[in-house]
Amino acid sequence: MATAAAHRTTGAPAYGAPHADPDGGARQRAFDAAVAADERVEPRDWMPDAYRATLVRQIAQHAHSEIIGMQPEANWITRAPSLRRKAILMAKVQDEAGHGLYLYSAAETLGVSRDELLDKLHSGRQKYSSIFNYPTLTWADVGAIGWLVDGAAITNQVPLCRCSYGPYARAMVRVCKEESFHQRQGYELLLALSRGTPEQHAMAQDAVDRWWWPSLMMFGPPDDASQHSAQSMAWKIKRHSNDDLRQRFVDICVPQAESLGLTLPDPDLKWNEEHGRHDFGAIDWTEFWDVLKGNGPCNEQRLTQRRHAHDEGAWVREAAAAHAAKHAAEHTGKHTGPTGVEQA
Amino acid sequence: MTATPVTVSATAALALGDDALVLSHRLGEWAGHAPVLEEEVALANIALDLLGQARVLLSMAGDEDELAYLREERAFTNLQLVEQPNGDFAHTIARQLYFSTYQHLLYGRLAASQSEFAPLAGKAVKEVAYHRDHAEQWTLRLGDGTDVSHERMRRACEALWRFTGEMFQPVDGLDVDRAALERDWLDSVSDVLRRATLAPPEGPRTGAWSAGAGRQGLHTEPFGRMLAEMQHLHRSHPGASW
Repeated sequence: MATAAAHRTTGAPAYGAPHADPDGGARQRAFDAAVAADERVEPRDWMPDAYRATLVRQIAQHAHSEIIGMQPEANWITRAPSLRRKAILMAKVQDEAGHGLYLYSAAETLGVSRDELLDKLHSGRQKYSSIFNYPTLTWADVGAIGWLVDGAAITNQVPLCRCSYGPYARAMVRVCKEESFHQRQGYELLLALSRGTPEQHAMAQDAVDRWWWPSLMMFGPPDDASQHSAQSMAWKIKRHSNDDLRQRFVDICVPQAESLGLTLPDPDLKWNEEHGRHDFGAIDWTEFWDVLKGNGPCNEQRLTQRRHAHDEGAWVREAAAAHAAKHAAEHTGKHTGPTGVEQA
Repeated sequence: MTATPVTVSATAALALGDDALVLSHRLGEWAGHAPVLEEEVALANIALDLLGQARVLLSMAGDEDELAYLREERAFTNLQLVEQPNGDFAHTIARQLYFSTYQHLLYGRLAASQSEFAPLAGKAVKEVAYHRDHAEQWTLRLGDGTDVSHERMRRACEALWRFTGEMFQPVDGLDVDRAALERDWLDSVSDVLRRATLAPPEGPRTGAWSAGAGRQGLHTEPFGRMLAEMQHLHRSHPGASW
């Protein structure tokens, strides 16, 4: 441990030191040793620029996904069919805003600001998960998102709880707890529909048919086409390959679909005795890249609504800042009172 | 000692329940549209508290979903204030300031009373204190922020002022000193507005038409459209459970 922790203490203070790194190689070696020893990298530690940039990109994209991800579900808040379901959905969308906040905070420990990241989202320079570019067309979609989309997210995110960057790993612990709760609620929503009237059952099946393949795409491109994977795995930002996680997800979902009384829309899906896993059909990667490039069903709508909320809210944020500035001046005045006690 | 059977006033439970239900719905419309992420959390939080109150109150009067989803507009007894469209953030905050101040004062009294609403009010008053604080803080920020925000807040307070008298109309089964409630409300709201550098509006607090109107099932035009959206799915599947 002592050797590995050397990246924190080698030579000059790591934090705030300009480019003065007489022995850059030593820091790099200490960082590598820390990562190899499964130690956590913390904000004040030295880290390679590329590691920092990768984390900023990934955490920001994750935060953006939480924020954009509110839209497809919020689309049903005002139409939820019972007060209990409405309360569950509102709480879920609220949690997502909270996750966005944790994640922006985690990103800020790397030296970027939330405003800067939001600006990159709004101008299309940073992405969010392409799953949120699909529309929620029926109430059952809320359940399918909970079960499949949150399920895929959890499969992706649980290993991130052991990610080498401390603030991200800690945010993930909290996010994953809430996400798995949402996932169970989504499953339970679909179960109620599946066991309900024939119309409700059909609604549930239709939603699963539409969300299954996009959920599998959430794990990203196949391993041989994933440009960041090898480096992220070496840095222990990522612990498993896209295809491994996707396989794990399919194996989890198959029995769940059975107990839901719903089918998965893949004629090639079957148990492979020899390998002890499910084989499944080919993903339409053309659709995946197309949605990623901005040509999915809701890309334009999602970004426009986000920008609109931000632009329409500018006067509110300016008011809050102006008020805080006046108030801060007042407070300074109060504390300089002769008694040192805050004046009325 | 035999427990005195509590007779629930369905009229009062519905009036208070409808207020909470309808305002919760309006706040739910903000999801994904708030000016800052912290407000996504805060507005949803308030909406959830209100929905929780609505569910308890409607359940005191009957089946919560039947009451929420299967009544027509003329059978809803919420205040016209809470059904007003969100408008801009200042409108939403003015509506919150007026309503949460009223609700906080009312629940404070009910919590201390022998009424059947005391248990609910005792719990809800803590939530509502937070709603009131949130609305007051934003009234101060917007009123005493920039010229633009001041003007928007002023207009919002004036536009909604005409709906505030209705809060103090009598409701069957709701035994409170309405005159004292109204005095406290006026004092509190006027004080917040003054601190926000806004003058309390001068117009009437009830119109010839709007006096007691929402409580009698007489609503404003946007309300029917709100209910159509809220009830559509439930009504499309009669008898289904969700």
